[in-house]
Amino acid sequence: MSERKDLIQEFVSVPAAELLETVSDIKTKGYRLGQICATTLDDVLEVLYSFEKDFTLKNLKVETPARSAELYSVTAIYPPAFIYENEIHDLFGITFKNLAIDFGGHFFKIAKETPWNPQAHEAREEIPEAPEGARKDPEEIQEGGGE
Amino acid sequence: MGKRTVIPFGPQHPVLPEPIHLDLVIEDETVVEAIPSIGFIHRGLEKLVEKNEWPEMVYVIERVCGICSFGHGWGYCKSVEGNLGITVPLRAEYLRTIWHELGRIHSHLLWLGLLADGFGFESLFMHSWRIRETILDIFEETTGGRVIFSVCKVGGVRRDVSNEKLDKIVMTLDGIRKETRELTRVFLEDSSVKNRLVGVGMLTKQEAVDLCAVGPVARGSGVNNDVRCDGHGAYPELNFEPILEDGGDCYARCKVRIRELFQSMDLIKEAATKIPDGDIAIAVRGNPSGEFVGRMEQPRGEAYYYSKGDGSKFLKRMRVRTPTNANIPALVKTLQGCDLADVPMLVLTIDPCISCTER
Repeated sequence: MSERKDLIQEFVSVPAAELLETVSDIKTKGYRLGQICATTLDDVLEVLYSFEKDFTLKNLKVETPARSAELYSVTAIYPPAFIYENEIHDLFGITFKNLAIDFGGHFFKIAKETPWNPQAHEAREEIPEAPEGARKDPEEIQEGGGE
Repeated sequence: MGKRTVIPFGPQHPVLPEPIHLDLVIEDETVVEAIPSIGFIHRGLEKLVEKNEWPEMVYVIERVCGICSFGHGWGYCKSVEGNLGITVPLRAEYLRTIWHELGRIHSHLLWLGLLADGFGFESLFMHSWRIRETILDIFEETTGGRVIFSVCKVGGVRRDVSNEKLDKIVMTLDGIRKETRELTRVFLEDSSVKNRLVGVGMLTKQEAVDLCAVGPVARGSGVNNDVRCDGHGAYPELNFEPILEDGGDCYARCKVRIRELFQSMDLIKEAATKIPDGDIAIAVRGNPSGEFVGRMEQPRGEAYYYSKGDGSKFLKRMRVRTPTNANIPALVKTLQGCDLADVPMLVLTIDPCISCTER
């Protein structure tokens, strides 16, 4: 059996401030952008950037606060990242600064804002202390409703 | 310079039954810019990890797509197995490889039919899908399903296929090889087909690299990122070499898929000969507590399956990145400068699956 290259994968945590510099360095080394995704971890969002070269993977992990999630876009380095960053913006509420192609929250046509990150939705609507008669959060109307 | 007009293409359009919207900025009959828009059928399948235990999620992930459903199931299992540090029995890896390659044949035949339908060659469409039925019959005989198979599980596979049945599958594939050859000769040699494909939708090798294209779209431009080279499944034991074309146009992408049809038949034949006896699954204990990115070479290209666990029965995250998602930037690039009449061909030659893309 030849070497299982699919098992060679590296996960590296990177401070948000060093993201662009690190991604730029990865691009210089000839890596291809595989995917970007986010994960909700209590009060923070973890964004995973996967890069591929010679069938091995390098994964960068960057954290940002869930209530005020903001990161620099990597579209200046990897233009195809606009697909992933717009999706993450719509589902997780992360604002990507300097996003090359910004769909303004209309990339995914979903009934509920930032379904994977309710904290971002709350922060935007400022509803924790909503006055009486204010519009109800969709989650209160239909628990576990469709995204 | 002519007047610029924006033509909305989709989301409902005659090219394929799935919704994708393109704002086509045209000047005379030439597309100068294309702005894609998706998200009409987002189902939130990934979010179901919050409600389904990880052994059950394989049924959900299989339903991401009705065409490459086996590959999605395998990709999910591969990701969780990597997370748990499991090694799957070799016979199971062979069976997975055989089913996955059958899925590639059925997907490529389906795509050839859709392509023929796209340029109005109805009889070619019907013949492509007629041959495809034979593959679906094999799936039904070996898994019990024609669309969703549910034979892949974390740790192996649920069903064995006897060596006699494998021989029968090889004979069946040998039987359809001749008519598939006749069918694909029309795609590759008929002037009416070549007029629609040759020189249309050029994507250079450098553009394919820069735009992170995957699958036959990348391989049609000479870029090898075929994940089957990474050593998973039974591929390292088989005589597998990725198929590359350097034309970079719709014809090259079509040719890659056609050559892959016959390559998949060869791989299945070889796997049926080499498959070892033994277990088809191992017992799995514990819950995933780490993270792992599994990758598969789906018929449309490379797909990602990221799983993150916290030691409970529910994964913290399950992410699927499908090949169409990665090929949209390449599609947008090839649309720039094409004739308006060629837009359907260009959309089709990335073999889009919007249901996969939106999950």
